[in-house]
Amino acid sequence: MLTVATGNKAVAAAVKAAKPAVVAAYPITPQTEIVEQIAEYVTAGEMDARYIPVESEHSAMTACIGASITGVRSFTATSSHGLLYMHEMLHWAAGARLPIVMANVNRALGPGWNVWAEHTDAFSQRDTGWIQLFVSTVQEAYDTTLMAFRIAENTGILLPVMVNLDGFVLSHIMQSLETVEIGDYIPPMVLPHRIDTGNPAGYGTLTGPGDHFKFRWEIEKAMRNSPAVIADAEEEFAMRFGRKYGPVDEYLCDDADVLIVSMGTLGKEAEVAVDNLRKEGIKAGSLRIRWFRPFPELDISDRDLVVLDRGYSFGFGGVLTDSIKSRYRDSSLFSVVAGLGGQEVTYDDIAEFVRNRRMGEEYWFGVDA
Amino acid sequence: MFEIRIHSRGGQGGVTAARLLAMAAFLDKKHATAAPFYGAERRGAPVTSFVRIDSEPIKIYSQIRSPNLIVVLDASIMDTVDVLQGIQKAGTVLINSPHPVDLPGVKVLTIDLTGIALAVDLVVSGSPILNTPVLGALARMGVISRESAEAAIRDMFSDERNVKAAEAAYKELVL
Repeated sequence: MLTVATGNKAVAAAVKAAKPAVVAAYPITPQTEIVEQIAEYVTAGEMDARYIPVESEHSAMTACIGASITGVRSFTATSSHGLLYMHEMLHWAAGARLPIVMANVNRALGPGWNVWAEHTDAFSQRDTGWIQLFVSTVQEAYDTTLMAFRIAENTGILLPVMVNLDGFVLSHIMQSLETVEIGDYIPPMVLPHRIDTGNPAGYGTLTGPGDHFKFRWEIEKAMRNSPAVIADAEEEFAMRFGRKYGPVDEYLCDDADVLIVSMGTLGKEAEVAVDNLRKEGIKAGSLRIRWFRPFPELDISDRDLVVLDRGYSFGFGGVLTDSIKSRYRDSSLFSVVAGLGGQEVTYDDIAEFVRNRRMGEEYWFGVDA
Repeated sequence: MFEIRIHSRGGQGGVTAARLLAMAAFLDKKHATAAPFYGAERRGAPVTSFVRIDSEPIKIYSQIRSPNLIVVLDASIMDTVDVLQGIQKAGTVLINSPHPVDLPGVKVLTIDLTGIALAVDLVVSGSPILNTPVLGALARMGVISRESAEAAIRDMFSDERNVKAAEAAYKELVL
């Protein structure tokens, strides 16, 4: 069905279609309309899920862990400080190999108090073992949320998945949305290590130095399997519903001399910059990273990269820049820190970054340096 | 691309007006996006919303800098906010006001949306609702079709007074 929706409502609609058994959420700020809408679905009887309002985001993730370990599908959503408050339990969800799906509306962290778009909240969870996907449109938020359940619950993966959408810029914008009849796109969840609720029993879970690393290696093995599984989820989605996605969203990259590398909504704005740059004879392309973890293989050789970073590792550099540089040591790269705390970054600004690029250097947009 | 900036105060429905407008444009088989610029919203504080309408998919997320049309739901905002900022040379300003307003260098249309809302008793928590009547005025201006304006309102609100107010605004606006 073709309609219009905000990013928040699109995610809620996808969750409704995925039919989780449990949705646990902290319902107060920094929560978003995603769980508000889900609560309305449940109240109206349109969704047969147990909706658990909890007293904190830490508890929201804990409730999802408790539900998931019994072998049922669970979902939560949060944003900014809420995501950070559940940090400890994010490690637990991944370590316990629970296919929880979470939507995170990317917003800056205080102080100063700021509610606008930034990727620092998600980047701070980089090493928790969660698969992290970043989207750029309302439609992509809906589609990727559906894919997230299929990816997470694949028995070769069994890792939680975080779908990231830019705060306000995408969470609150209204765009067209085509919803789908998902059929059996997401197969029933089968958790091999689920707790038998009919025969409850407790076991000591102390894991000594002789074994702990083996579990961590299992997480990494699942991560290394995940590109094929995510790609399969994307291909199957394209076959059934006609919309194609991949590890990156490429726009006019094939013959490009310079690639604008970004994540989230800046990637769409960058496409307008590419169109304008090409009119001037600058062969630019846009490479929007959709998978942040696992980090995708990139076709970037022999091109200048202008990397837009919406998150920063203090004392080191841009977080996306860091991922690219450490994987592709020979890359020729201009690192632009732009869009922190919702800083306005227009297609004209992005085109300026490309025109004035200084390879090997870092530039903080809006700061005299 | 046709770009519209809506100025209102928190609680007056400017954000909803933007969403209704995008929905109506969408029903007209066009591409549209509606984006509010707000954060910690407060009742009464100036709020800006943006609507883009185009025949092609819209990739731009940044704020509208040179609007074709500016809508002012609360004329008192003009005391503190430069509502004309960036307006295109042939741009139009639609102001909710019972009196004519003179602004240099732009085409100004005025309509008493508050009066229209009060006339059909479209009042919530003591405040007249402006976001549905303004859609009637925008339909009269040809930004959206009259049918789509009504359909968009009915999609979001079940109270028929909203449609009535939009119809009244459609008839009352003098181009």
